[in-house]
Amino acid sequence: MPATDKPSIPDVLNTAETWSNSGRFVALATVIETWGSAPRPVGSHLVIDADGNFEGSVSGGCVEGAVVSEAIDVIETGKATTLEFGVADETAWRVGLSCGGRIRVYVEPVI
Amino acid sequence: MDLTLLSSLNRDRATRRASILVTDMATGGQRLVRREDDYASDPLAHEFEKRFRSGKSGAVQSESGDVFMTVSVPAPRLVIIGAVHISQALVPMAKIAGLDVTVIDPRTAFATEDRFPGSTLKAEWPEDVLKETPLDAYTAVAAVTHDPKIDDFPLIEALKTGCFYIGALGSRKTHGKRLERFREAGVDPSCFDQIDAPIGLDIGAASPEEIAVAVLGSVITALRKAPETPA
Repeated sequence: MPATDKPSIPDVLNTAETWSNSGRFVALATVIETWGSAPRPVGSHLVIDADGNFEGSVSGGCVEGAVVSEAIDVIETGKATTLEFGVADETAWRVGLSCGGRIRVYVEPVI
Repeated sequence: MDLTLLSSLNRDRATRRASILVTDMATGGQRLVRREDDYASDPLAHEFEKRFRSGKSGAVQSESGDVFMTVSVPAPRLVIIGAVHISQALVPMAKIAGLDVTVIDPRTAFATEDRFPGSTLKAEWPEDVLKETPLDAYTAVAAVTHDPKIDDFPLIEALKTGCFYIGALGSRKTHGKRLERFREAGVDPSCFDQIDAPIGLDIGAASPEEIAVAVLGSVITALRKAPETPA
């Protein structure tokens, strides 16, 4: 179990609710799998709105940009998607994790 | 994610209720499972049980397809009844181990800032403190005052609320008398074995400091190890 100053889910989920309630179109990204050394653990969240504002993190900042642009598509289409990032996976994505790990991120619309 | 579902999840988190958001990776369908729900017949029951204990989110492969579980559990707490010598050693050790610690003792001579610097200390009766901040399944209770007037109420409360660890200081004889009082108070005797008494791991602890180690060992065992389930 996590230490007391680190709730099991960061308050990104509250932000997602607040943004959504205030009429903003929102997507939620969640790290669903990690391999090797990954900067953020499974269950970490990033919330994104249609204008590209975001809060939270799914990596140490390495792939957030790519997740944000993909999330804007998810908000538009309303369809969830799964992204994978890794150093060895440059054919799929121009960005990667400097630490050499790989992560899978699930991005879903909040509706 | 459905906004209503997100709101429920956030409400659970705010009120220290453990829940798991289950996402079907193929369909995107989601549901919220709470620890107090009756999920015994769910094919994922064993996984829920495990994750409510570990607090870890993760992907799970099941016969009905791949799911992702976003696990939300409250931070583990330790409520110590009694601002005694054992507690002075137990508080810093439990903090180092990652527990959120509260000490309750209505005896103002014991519950002083000098004796417990920088700690959450309540110089009030447990009855009053627990009304404000109730016990729950992610809380451990260690009653170490030796005084039934102070210890009994929180121990009974701990049994009622299903605290993950309940320990009571005192010899076997003292504990026998305690259980007699509990029986008279109408507590269900079938839950008596949930009380760890004499308190702590059997490591031959002699000094207050050593007893604190034994108590912390028991708390961590209860937190991390699955209870023995009959085959």
